[in-house]
Amino acid sequence: MRKVFARPKSMKDMPMHYCPGCTHGIIHRLIAEAIDELNVFEQTIVVAPVGCSVFCCDYFDCDAYGASHGRAPAVATGVKRVLPDKIVFTYQGDGDLAAIGTSEIVHAAARGEKITVIFVNNAIYAMTGGQMAPTTLLGQVTTTTPKGREKELNGSPIKMSEMLSVLDGSAYIARVSVHNPAGIFKAKKAIKTAFETQISGKGFSMVEVLSTCPTNWGMTPLKALKWLEENMIPYYPLGEFKTPTEVV
Amino acid sequence: MAKILMKGNEAIGEGAIRAGCKYFFGYPITPQSELPHYLAKRLPEVGGVYLQAESEIGSINMVYGAAGAGARVMTSSSGPGISLMQEGISYLAGAELPCVIVNIVRGGPGLGNIAPAQSDYWQATRGGGHGDYQLIVLAPDSVQEIIDLINKAFDLADNYRIPVMLLGDGVLGQMMEPVIIEDQYETKAPKEKKWASTGRMGRGSKNLVTSLHIVPEDLEKHNIKLAAKHEEISRSEQIWEEYNTKDARLILVAYGTTARVCKAVVDMFREEGMPVGLLRPVTLWPFPSQILNSLADQADNFLAVEMSMGQMIDDVRLAVNGKKPIHFYGRSGGMLPVARDIYQEAQKLLMEE
Ligand SMILES: Cc1ncc(C[n+]2csc(CCOP(=O)(O)OP(=O)(O)O)c2C)c(N)n1
Ligand code: SF4
Repeated sequence: MRKVFARPKSMKDMPMHYCPGCTHGIIHRLIAEAIDELNVFEQTIVVAPVGCSVFCCDYFDCDAYGASHGRAPAVATGVKRVLPDKIVFTYQGDGDLAAIGTSEIVHAAARGEKITVIFVNNAIYAMTGGQMAPTTLLGQVTTTTPKGREKELNGSPIKMSEMLSVLDGSAYIARVSVHNPAGIFKAKKAIKTAFETQISGKGFSMVEVLSTCPTNWGMTPLKALKWLEENMIPYYPLGEFKTPTEVV
Repeated sequence: MAKILMKGNEAIGEGAIRAGCKYFFGYPITPQSELPHYLAKRLPEVGGVYLQAESEIGSINMVYGAAGAGARVMTSSSGPGISLMQEGISYLAGAELPCVIVNIVRGGPGLGNIAPAQSDYWQATRGGGHGDYQLIVLAPDSVQEIIDLINKAFDLADNYRIPVMLLGDGVLGQMMEPVIIEDQYETKAPKEKKWASTGRMGRGSKNLVTSLHIVPEDLEKHNIKLAAKHEEISRSEQIWEEYNTKDARLILVAYGTTARVCKAVVDMFREEGMPVGLLRPVTLWPFPSQILNSLADQADNFLAVEMSMGQMIDDVRLAVNGKKPIHFYGRSGGMLPVARDIYQEAQKLLMEE
């Protein structure tokens, strides 16, 4: 029988710890496929964050680093400056990247650091028990916004892709979603473009991926996908915010 | 090999380059500024990278990446910046990454001031961040010793896979002295770092740089391994200088700039024929406790002299272990102890005899 679906070579053959229906796993697969298709597995280095994806440095079978909370872009900078010919990417959650790590991500982008960032926006701090993230939507109930996020108290959610796309050093910035097959297809394309941007030395690249957290959202996996589509996408519009052709 | 006149902060930079350091990540702070200024000019000349980070948190995490990639790498700062780095230093120690961290200590706590101090002793020698770990801490007292120790720092870091801190102060950083410097220092450490995470490149297995050990049994095993390493360093790497200690009844204990002042004090006493000596710890961790403990059999009194309210004195107490009384004289807030005052303090102890 012909094999039509297999584990990408860049993924290790081991069980993942993600909850059932969590879209972290899909995003992992898309990255691994992109690495395989670009044939850069042996050159690739992943920098893992602190968050639900802390073990992604085990799941990707390439060389890896575990960074401290929010600092993956600084760690990736150190690696890339020593090994400019290697492909370095970070995988970060929204608490990691858009709260504690804002300084590191902004300045990595501003420097035009030739790294790729996969930014998983699930609108919540998942690993620590569903607290409000900088990306939590107004009105969204979390363990630290029991009555829903209030603008007066907490301000409005941060749109990182829009923010980073105004920086000269950013070469490719896109927001995608993995809530349905069409979205997954586009996400794959964006992730591949981000890696290509790095490979061709054009500058900083980031793909923000809207993702679900059925566990901390308190929803079934299916309901979570629908909630993402109906609530997150209107606030976080999908698309490419910066493409390498715009880089002068 | 050449004899040249050099400023302390520049000597750190040139010494590092000649020890094979090609990467420096830092953030501006007084009183260490001459070091980054120097390296910003020099590193590109030797094919290296000087990168100004967005903060000390950024610098220390860049150091983590560069060290993990197998490079000789250094960062430098002073009190407030070193405090910001502590989480990163804990990760470096946990992941067993070799690197050199320079702290040109200034007056604290808080913003304090930019004058010379030794009040970061506890932070430097007790790990500084969270968890069970130690740094090797080196405290030179001359520009020549800076050159010699910075080279040694990189070797120690690589040999033991441990972060090494060079602890200085503004006086040492600004001081200009003639030094002898090798064109290139031969490293005694293994050049190949098989553990480095550099991309698999046909290696056949992955390398992972991390301080995460989620299973308690694993983390305990890791910490036992680190402790064994600390034990070995304690046994083999204590460095000190004895100055007129042979027949000394009163022994001053001081490091860095303070030790230079204490040497003058010892000379004053010796001219009068008084049996006063100095023990100068060069490694602050591991603290030279073996020699101090044996000196306690001969001396009547110890006087710890510091530019702090009394921090190193803890280690003097641990080393002397109750054998003899230990006294303290310190200046703080950026004030330098002057020889005359130390002399008077010491004389009181000699009169008590
Ligand atoms: C300095 C520091 N502060 C806090 C934490 C605790 N912590 C671990 S994961 C996390 C939040 C992660 O959330 P996010 O980045 O959104 O990733 P997710 O778990 O949602 O995938 C926090 C606050 C930590 N490990 N380090
Ligand atoms: S807690 Fe949420 S983000 Fe974390 S694995 Fe479970 S579903 Fe995924």
